[in-house]
Amino acid sequence: MTDTKTPHAEEQKLLAGDPETTGHSWDGIKEFNNPLPRWWLWTFYATIVWALIYTVLYPAWPMVNGATPGILGFSTRANVAEDIQRFDDMNADVRARITEVELAAITPDENPDLYNYAIQGGAATFATWCSQCHGSGAAGVQASGYPNLLDDDWLWGGTIDDIHYTISHGIRNEDDLDARYSEMTAFEGILSDEEIAQVVQYVRNISGQEADATLASAGESVFLDNCAACHMDDGTGDRFLGAPNLTDAIWLYGGSEAAIEETVRHSRFGVMPPWSADASPAGRLSEAEVRSVSVYVHSLGGGE
Amino acid sequence: MALEGHKKIETNATLLLTLSFLVVTIGGIVEIAPLFYLENTIEDVEGMRPYSPLELAGREIYVREGCYVCHSQMIRPMRDEVERYGHYSLAAESQYDHPFQWGSKRTGPDLARVGGRYSDEWHVDHFTSPQSVVPESVMPAYAYLADTVLRPTYIADLMETHRMVGVPYTDEMIAEAQVDFIQQATDFGDPGVVERYPGAQQRDFDGQPEVTEMDALIAYMQMLGTLVDFSTFAPEEALASR
Repeated sequence: MTDTKTPHAEEQKLLAGDPETTGHSWDGIKEFNNPLPRWWLWTFYATIVWALIYTVLYPAWPMVNGATPGILGFSTRANVAEDIQRFDDMNADVRARITEVELAAITPDENPDLYNYAIQGGAATFATWCSQCHGSGAAGVQASGYPNLLDDDWLWGGTIDDIHYTISHGIRNEDDLDARYSEMTAFEGILSDEEIAQVVQYVRNISGQEADATLASAGESVFLDNCAACHMDDGTGDRFLGAPNLTDAIWLYGGSEAAIEETVRHSRFGVMPPWSADASPAGRLSEAEVRSVSVYVHSLGGGE
Repeated sequence: MALEGHKKIETNATLLLTLSFLVVTIGGIVEIAPLFYLENTIEDVEGMRPYSPLELAGREIYVREGCYVCHSQMIRPMRDEVERYGHYSLAAESQYDHPFQWGSKRTGPDLARVGGRYSDEWHVDHFTSPQSVVPESVMPAYAYLADTVLRPTYIADLMETHRMVGVPYTDEMIAEAQVDFIQQATDFGDPGVVERYPGAQQRDFDGQPEVTEMDALIAYMQMLGTLVDFSTFAPEEALASR
């Protein structure tokens, strides 16, 4: 049962003769004067005081030429410079040692701390600067001719020193005179269509793929006359010239007939930028970073 | 009673409106006006220049396609961002941006210093099919940019408009706009564009004979964040030299 006789609490106040209204009255309806809770009001005043203190401590008030700097001297630019300096200082020792020691000596057995640093730091550097072309997992992109770094097939050599040189100077770029350089001939116009078809089948054959036997055997002499100078008589390539091994199942641009024919006709010219700031004006990485990422790439599975 | 004085304001609509406007005006002046004269907000930085006609056209495509929805163009002054993207962005680097492209969402990476980070060929591959080079990418393909020939018909008008809002394009720049537009996208083109816009990169960006939207967008990508030479930039000196 609802109690209909007892007046509402606020009504009781009025009835008790304690209206405490603002004095406003519209059509006989009066407005209670309910002040803000004290705790709320004091919190509000406290925030105002805090705001004033804050503007004294931190940059705030605009003056004629600049804002007041604040007595704490806070500056985001100084903070980031300090932060970077702090980590540089912490890493200074290990970075110095990693640039001094022989690359081949950065192994889990000989220098476990340097190896650990190089793998972790190299992975971060790789993710930032290398993964865009070689992929975040370093598997490369065959359609664009970005090499896979996980396998043991190397164009320019897979020892730690070879990898270090390639990363430092890059490949076929115009920024570093020491960049690895070679240029395959575009054979369109030099070889006839028939000869190109023959040599494509020959390459398919020596790489163990399905091939037209007649064309392939005719292609051998074409290969020996035109290709063997760089790719060697047996087609195993020459790392000194960056000439790929054509006898295995690993392809930079693909091993299909169409891909091989495209390569023979128009050649390929994959480019890699130089990374070492010491070796080239276009380099972006310190020697310690180049060495770290070299160790990282070497560790991915194909290192020699 | 204090409320009595306030009652006059509350019961007079015109007075209430006038005084409200006055309060908002003071707030506005205090917050906005200093930005036009404080040294660290109008810092002058060597190397900044207006966008070349081709870059400006590329920037229009960037805005049209809504690239800013997923890519920011502002490297914040924090160690992790500086390590990944390069030197933190300066206010001056957006001084000729109308509107600025700072953005607030990074589904993709920040692009403030993407210039020179990739080759033109990589950009063509990536715009044509982002997943062909970055399999985990969620970026949509923009292959049609390479099929859309871009003509500089209205480029001078666009530059005039930018001049109206304060970009210092000279009469010569506007007179040569159409020539510069074509020449910048041409291998061994007329060097006038590089003289007028120091640091402009001049080549056939997308490898096709016509000037396409792809050329313009890649020209814009390749110059982003490259104008200021940070090996000679000292934050405090830049402030003091004003």
